[in-house]
Amino acid sequence: MIGEVDPVIINLTVFVLAIFVGYHVVWNVTPALHTPLMSVTNAISGIILVGAMLAAGPAETDWGVWLGAAAVALAAINVFGGFLVSQRMLEMFKKKDKKGNA
Amino acid sequence: MSANWVALAYLVASVFFILALKGLSSPESARRGNLFGMIGMLIAVATTLTLTQNWTLILGAIAVGGVIGAIVAQRVQMTAMPELVAFMHSLVGLAAVFIAVAAVNNPVSFGLPEVLPAGSKLELFLGTFIGAMTWSGSVIAFLKLSGRMSGTPVVFTGQHAINLLLAIAMVGFGLWFFFTETTNWNAFIAMTAIAFILGFLIIIPIGGADMPVVISMLNSYSGWAAAGIGFSLGNPMLIIAGSLVGSSGAILSYIMCKAMNRPFLSVILGGFGSDGGAVVADSGVQKTHRSGSADDAAFLMGNADSVIIVPGYGLAVARAQHAVKELAEKLHEKGVNVRFAIHPVAGRMPGHMNVLLAEAEIPYEQVLEMEEINSDFSNTDVVLVLGANDVVNPAANVPGSPIYGMPILDAHKARTVMVVKRSMAVGYAGLDNDLFYMDKTMMIFGDAKKVVENLVKAL
Repeated sequence: MIGEVDPVIINLTVFVLAIFVGYHVVWNVTPALHTPLMSVTNAISGIILVGAMLAAGPAETDWGVWLGAAAVALAAINVFGGFLVSQRMLEMFKKKDKKGNA
Repeated sequence: MSANWVALAYLVASVFFILALKGLSSPESARRGNLFGMIGMLIAVATTLTLTQNWTLILGAIAVGGVIGAIVAQRVQMTAMPELVAFMHSLVGLAAVFIAVAAVNNPVSFGLPEVLPAGSKLELFLGTFIGAMTWSGSVIAFLKLSGRMSGTPVVFTGQHAINLLLAIAMVGFGLWFFFTETTNWNAFIAMTAIAFILGFLIIIPIGGADMPVVISMLNSYSGWAAAGIGFSLGNPMLIIAGSLVGSSGAILSYIMCKAMNRPFLSVILGGFGSDGGAVVADSGVQKTHRSGSADDAAFLMGNADSVIIVPGYGLAVARAQHAVKELAEKLHEKGVNVRFAIHPVAGRMPGHMNVLLAEAEIPYEQVLEMEEINSDFSNTDVVLVLGANDVVNPAANVPGSPIYGMPILDAHKARTVMVVKRSMAVGYAGLDNDLFYMDKTMMIFGDAKKVVENLVKAL
């Protein structure tokens, strides 16, 4: 039966459930970490890199491939920038932790 | 790799993304969460690489972007985080548009049929217009936040009508694209161009004070753009990751709106700060305030049992975080219980003030959120308000006030209140603050950093 379902419906199912997961996980994030939350989600939205890689993927290079490569670079800025700046911020919260315990 | 293995690897990556966000529930687990996010991304990229042929081109592009991203992440000032975040939203938006255009050009490389089916066209339309609006909106937000463009709202008559007409035109071109059997580039390009313009027009009327909402909203958009591309490519991982980001941004927008007591719709429709709140400020009788010196304040604080510091963005502007840390340490040595009270909109983006204080190495156990500390103000000896205004305005408790209902820090309940400010000027809301005229309030005029340094010296 599931084989006859339009893939769009299956994607929609995933979409709706993922929103619920996101809703519950994000409400549990401590307000003190809302800025790192934003930079981590920035990095995660860099997942669009996957789509960009497919666009840059074909062996025959036409302008679409170059556009894909540009998208790869843009998304990579997000992925690296987002995760690294989050790490930098979270390190600051760590130092305090040690000091607080000392 | 077979399609099934790819799908399974994507599932593992998706789980890692969820764990990344889950880690942020406490500072202890947050670093591990961030690591999970990186692992998820690595799995996703490595898996996708097996589906592509141009490894040199792709890895080269990743290297270029990666180096730029790493340098930016290293160099950015913590005060400039809102700009960085806006900048990164714009990149996601632009990348989404590029991918959609590439997909319309060559659907086969994405595993789509050569002639795009109607469903894919609809999804590409959604991905493109959300991406385009995210890009141009974020560019404006970036320019406003970095001071390259004035933060005052740009409003003109017929603004909403123009936006509505453009939105209708955009949908019209989208339908044309949708119903043409071959690839209708004209319709696609026209639609994308209008989406770019719309993103621009939607953000220009929003004022500087509302920027925390705008950043959160664009964060949400960038997630939906990724999810939209996920639908186009039939990729559940993109849909999951995009939805996580989308709901995160939406929740943050909601929290910010609530903290500013502003209905979301009125923020989006814009013009805050332009609608004569200042008129109210001048209506009262001449009120008197008491001002004092840093020495007086230091004496009072040194002899107090408990001090709560209320930092506002003025503190960050004056780069006084490190001086404040010294002040807190000095007081702590004298046996004073020092804590920080953070209003949700204390910085220019959600959680901004916490990061600024963490950067100054103020232990996060001393930094409390509004709900955690509000009931403690009434048995606190001294409250020191540093560069904050509207968030401690007791007018929020007075029915009929423009900010009535806005959640505030109850600084006015403390035994003594000290306010460090450059002048008696009004805050973003354009309202006079009764707290400044209370008998127990002492105004200390001057630059926040200088005043705090003097306080440290006098202690």
